[in-house]
Amino acid sequence: MIWSSWSEFIEMGGYAGFVWWSYGVTVVFMVGEVVLLSKRKRTIIQRLGRFIRADRSKRNAE
Amino acid sequence: MKARNKRLIFVIVGVAGLAVAAGLVLNALNSNVAFFFSPTEVKADKAPKDRTFRLGGMVVDKSLKREDDGLTVHFQVTDKLETMDVTFVGILPDLFQEGQGVVAQGKLGSNGVFMADEVLAKHDETYMPPEVQDAIEKGEKANMQKNVSTN
Amino acid sequence: MAKSRFWLYFSSPKTFYPFSGKLIPWCVGVAAVLMAVGLYMGLLVTPPDYRMGDSYRIIYIHVPAVWMSMIIYMVMAGWAAVGLIWNVKLAEMMAGALAPTGAIFTVIGLWTGALWGRPTWGAYWVWDARLTTYLVMLFLYMGYIALRSAIDDPRRASKASALLAIVGGINVPIIYFSVKWWNTLHQPFTVAPGQESKIDPTMLWTMMIMVIAFWAYTLAVSLIRVRCDILEREKNSSWVAELLQGSSAGNKQ
Repeated sequence: MIWSSWSEFIEMGGYAGFVWWSYGVTVVFMVGEVVLLSKRKRTIIQRLGRFIRADRSKRNAE
Repeated sequence: MKARNKRLIFVIVGVAGLAVAAGLVLNALNSNVAFFFSPTEVKADKAPKDRTFRLGGMVVDKSLKREDDGLTVHFQVTDKLETMDVTFVGILPDLFQEGQGVVAQGKLGSNGVFMADEVLAKHDETYMPPEVQDAIEKGEKANMQKNVSTN
Repeated sequence: MAKSRFWLYFSSPKTFYPFSGKLIPWCVGVAAVLMAVGLYMGLLVTPPDYRMGDSYRIIYIHVPAVWMSMIIYMVMAGWAAVGLIWNVKLAEMMAGALAPTGAIFTVIGLWTGALWGRPTWGAYWVWDARLTTYLVMLFLYMGYIALRSAIDDPRRASKASALLAIVGGINVPIIYFSVKWWNTLHQPFTVAPGQESKIDPTMLWTMMIMVIAFWAYTLAVSLIRVRCDILEREKNSSWVAELLQGSSAGNKQ
């Protein structure tokens, strides 16, 4: 550990704005991509599941 | 010939043709793609006259002089072949240092002095902890002293 | 021809779907662990740089993101070419699934580069050869994604966008060698094959850990995306119906 205190770590040797904005935006982009993707996957599986069940019950009724 | 072989040849020929075209364009653009001109190029009249351009090179050791107003600075830029005087009014970037790379934007004055209105520090490709840098400097000094004593 | 059957086996969405599903948790695990280690090393353990102080810590995301964005472009163009030449549907889908992640890494590369350039050079942005050609790659990614979504028929969309991806592939070596071919504000290679790296070993290791983490992340995300694309494109096939019936019956999907 190279930092002697919490505030020293936050200050990043005077470059806090540059370092934390870089890391922050990167995290937002990558986490955002994962969240949107898993949402998309859930929606697809739900929609296709409904579609397939409807198709089957229609066929059963015929 | 099968359709997929036709497509393969089509793609290969297309990419090869494109590579050649890109190469020719880049070659033609070569001088304009350069971000800055070196002092040697400027002295050989390769830089545009009466128009702003960028001058790049190394800041000569111990050439930095500040005027009393605290804003005007004079320094020299070299590419180890030619050296040019530069005058700049403004705040130098944090990483501006003698012996390090710099890119200045401005115009060449009639007196041969480059009047810069923007100065950027050019970073080199080395990354190391301060202690290593100290050790290297100490080593260099020791070497120099050894050379002096043996001479 | 056993060999061709082997490739046929993996190039069929029906077999690729469950196979890739097993791969994803491993990629996620590797990415999560290595990212945690990399961030810990990068922000808490590695020493500051002798000239840039602590602002250089941006390197631990800037370089992996930029490398990844360029590698993804090449892989995407490669899949697009395979899809175009041999008419492999799965290759077309792989190309399309990589593009958004590549574009995101390009944006991250530009953003972190700007925030690093300001304290180092004194400017967020300059129009030098390295930065300009890299910006062109972002436009290529966006053009590729836009073209794909503009054409309704997925096969035709893949064919048209594949041409754009392959043609734009020329740009990647130009980005890479720009610092060598022209004088730029951006510094030349620090780490390159056939050259001693000009970076402290601890810093290099930390950077490499982040690079591998980004690889694993890319693999995971693009596989999840391609599986979504497979489901959407194959929704009328019987294997998807069987698969989803199984999942609606309470099995783990």
